[in-house]
Amino acid sequence: MRTTAPTATRIVVDWTACDGRGLCAELLPELVSRDEWGFPLIPDPNVPASLRDHATRAIAACPRLALRLSST
Amino acid sequence: MTILFDRDVQADIEVATRGALLGPTPAAQRELRAHLAAHGRIPAMDARTVLQLATDSGLTGHGGAGFPLYRKLEAVLAARGRAIVVANGAEGEPASTKDRWLLTRRPHLVLDGLQLVARATKATEAYLYVNDRVPVAALTAELAERQRAGLDAVSVTVVAAPEAFISGEESALVSHLSGGSALPRFKSPRVTERGVRGRPTLVSNVETLALLALIARRGAAWFRAMGTADAPGTMLLSVSGAVRRPGIIEVGHGTPLADVLDIAGGPSAPLQAVLLGGYHGTWLTAGEFANAKLSRSDLSPLGASPGAGVVVALAEGACGLAEISRVISYLAQQSAGQCGPCLNGLPRIAQQVRSLALKGGDRRVVNEMLRLGTIVVGRGACHHPDGSMRFLRSGLRVFEAEVELHLAGRCSRTFNDVVLPIPVAR
Repeated sequence: MRTTAPTATRIVVDWTACDGRGLCAELLPELVSRDEWGFPLIPDPNVPASLRDHATRAIAACPRLALRLSST
Repeated sequence: MTILFDRDVQADIEVATRGALLGPTPAAQRELRAHLAAHGRIPAMDARTVLQLATDSGLTGHGGAGFPLYRKLEAVLAARGRAIVVANGAEGEPASTKDRWLLTRRPHLVLDGLQLVARATKATEAYLYVNDRVPVAALTAELAERQRAGLDAVSVTVVAAPEAFISGEESALVSHLSGGSALPRFKSPRVTERGVRGRPTLVSNVETLALLALIARRGAAWFRAMGTADAPGTMLLSVSGAVRRPGIIEVGHGTPLADVLDIAGGPSAPLQAVLLGGYHGTWLTAGEFANAKLSRSDLSPLGASPGAGVVVALAEGACGLAEISRVISYLAQQSAGQCGPCLNGLPRIAQQVRSLALKGGDRRVVNEMLRLGTIVVGRGACHHPDGSMRFLRSGLRVFEAEVELHLAGRCSRTFNDVVLPIPVAR
């Protein structure tokens, strides 16, 4: 029996790059909302497998390239 | 216990001595000759031996985070590329003076330590990163003298850090030494892997390096005979505020904090609270402080840690809220302005604290600053928002009675002196 757990994937914000444009919150509302200044609020950064594709799309859409997936 | 006072340093730095770094001859070791007479040359030892000493001694970083030195050395060694080593003496904490003291009074121990980590990591470049409160010209002259004496295998470049609270933050330092501005960067990967100009970089606080220089001469067992089993050795503390003899003291890890106040001459007035760890640190009531020890395990239930050794005693009759307000305003101004939550949130928080300190108001002001706090914490490239909120939240707890007074439109302040130092913009 395989006991290896699937790698946990987290969504990470580079705050020095983020400008609060908000595309991530539009494309990935399941994980991302916005604070009062428009910056992403991500209460739980873990990305479930079911949202993996959506997360990848949101990351690719960020005009500031401020998001990435981290597998730690 | 010996207590010595060093009269020929800047008036705000006096020295009480009973440790490894302070030693019995406070003034003399500025000169290379005196340093060599006291300690001799850097012992001949290979990279493995230095790493072994760092491991066996249990030496941890003295810049605030307390990370074991040997693990940083191993990480740099494991990374690809020629290593760079940096002695960090930027000391952005306004109430900290111990790094400046070391660079002024024990520069050769720091520089010996820098050579030792260069040896351990097989580094080909070394930097000394300092703020402009230390005499850069004197350090440059001392480096030239060491070069002439054949002490330094790797030559050292002195780099001045901009005068800012976060200049000494590791990724800000790396950015500055790479030719950029001294602002924190998004940390991925670690600087031990890709640091200055993409090369593996060891950044170590100047006190850590000075201790390593002594360990290389006296051995890991000598170091372990001081402090505790969990936290061996000594640490420098910058003690200020309401004590009779403010200055730099050196004590073993695990020392009762009541003894720390005694060494600093005892309180100069009845105390209400003590700030431990600087402006990213934690306020404790005078009672909590006096009953705790200088160790991570003892302080962590109080939400505090030894940090980089800042201790500021606040007397009864000072308004804790006014002190917090001045510092939070300063910290808000010191935001690098790169990360939205910090840039937008800290000034708003500072505004709420100022309003409570000056005008009172109702409980909504307190709730609003705490709510904003939950938005800024954990949402930045560095820990500036997190540290600023630790300072504020612990202050609101310790000065709870003062907060209530202000909400009732009063203040307990009986004197107008300000206690916590705020650097003047130059």
